Amino acid sequence: MCLAIPAKIIEIKDSMATVDIAGNTREVGIVLTPEARPGDFVLIHAGFSIQLIDEKEAQETLALFEEWADKEFGPEGVDD
Amino acid sequence: MIKLLNRVQKERAQGLLVEIEKAAQAIGRSLVLMEVCGTHTVAIAQSGIRDLLPANIRLLSGPGCPVCVTDTADLDDVINLAERPEVIIATYGDLIRVPGSVSTLQEKRSQGANVQVVYSALDALQLAERNPDSEVVMVGIGFETTAPTTAVVLEQAQQKDLRNFSVFSLHKVVPPALRALLTDPEVRLDAFINPGHVCTILGMEPFYFVSEEFHRPCVIAGFEPSDILEAILMILNQHRSGNWKVEIQYRRAVRPEGNQVAKTYLERFFQPVSARWRGLGVIPDSGLALKPEFAAWDTEQKLAGVRTTAATDSGKRKKGPPCLCGPILKGQKQPGDCPSFGQACTPLRPVGPCMVSTEGACAAYYRFGVGRK
Repeated sequence: MCLAIPAKIIEIKDSMATVDIAGNTREVGIVLTPEARPGDFVLIHAGFSIQLIDEKEAQETLALFEEWADKEFGPEGVDD
Repeated sequence: MIKLLNRVQKERAQGLLVEIEKAAQAIGRSLVLMEVCGTHTVAIAQSGIRDLLPANIRLLSGPGCPVCVTDTADLDDVINLAERPEVIIATYGDLIRVPGSVSTLQEKRSQGANVQVVYSALDALQLAERNPDSEVVMVGIGFETTAPTTAVVLEQAQQKDLRNFSVFSLHKVVPPALRALLTDPEVRLDAFINPGHVCTILGMEPFYFVSEEFHRPCVIAGFEPSDILEAILMILNQHRSGNWKVEIQYRRAVRPEGNQVAKTYLERFFQPVSARWRGLGVIPDSGLALKPEFAAWDTEQKLAGVRTTAATDSGKRKKGPPCLCGPILKGQKQPGDCPSFGQACTPLRPVGPCMVSTEGACAAYYRFGVGRK
């Protein structure tokens, strides 16, 4: 429930932002990170950005999430 | 071998495991570490970290799943509210399947109650705007990561003068729960792996008491397997040096001072109150109630008779197979110790909240085959 996932801000309008989360766009509240600008990466939790993060680390975390999501319905993860 | 890692992370994880092994040997005695966050519980179960640690390093899952720690009496109050014809309940998903003392929100919904699952408190606000003749009650569940989002939505409700929206705040805060665990004579813990995103909001300061008063390490960790291993190594290194402190492993998302904007929202809209946690009982100043000036948006102030079940024997279900969620949330029992685990209680037919929530220890252990009989 305290899961937060990285997203890239595409556009900001008033208190809301359009963000890209691993290729999907959605609207999130931006009030908790007033310093965020289009192009920045943020962590999204419960429909709000809660923290600005570094782009490189955001990409690494997203890659891991995709890896997890791929395995979501698989046998119990992949072991080698 | 550690699961679900790419090559770079795998090499890093293997290097950390070697260091952990050396540190654990040097320490010699057994250490019990608690991961406080439900998202950590899932990551640890999924990656198989528990089985890779040296024999003298034990990981316990703590009270870090907001749905799991919600008390049965509080849930009964929500379920009773759902029965009112004018009320629309807006809640995060997992809660609707958690058994109250006699029913669930899902059961009430199948009987005609209006219960809506939302992804964000913003969705609940929109629900109120679209349904002006109904009273939308947002069930405020979650820790410091989530409570600021509720506060922002309260601000918007106030600005819009939206009068058919209120928040039933069951929000809780983490530091008093850690204090309760550290002062509980039945619980033995040597360190905390601290919840990363709670600390994104809070920063380090609220956790200084763990090292200063209780002389234990407290390391704020990220959610990738190598993050968790690095946090474990940092904890072991503190035990070796005897230099107790709060440290941040999850530097990419946690600033020492936290998120000041979010903290200001918490202070503006909420005040600390005693709250009852499943398993841990009543903990002073561990709940967040709306401040009196927001009474118009506080379900408990606005609607009469909301707190109907406060006097009942809390935490006891009136029917069904045994459930050890309480002691499991304190780290006193493991999911596999429960006679219902994987038998009468499975994710499809959960008996208790720790099996309902995907972040619950029972659900995570079941799904990834930890301690299954």
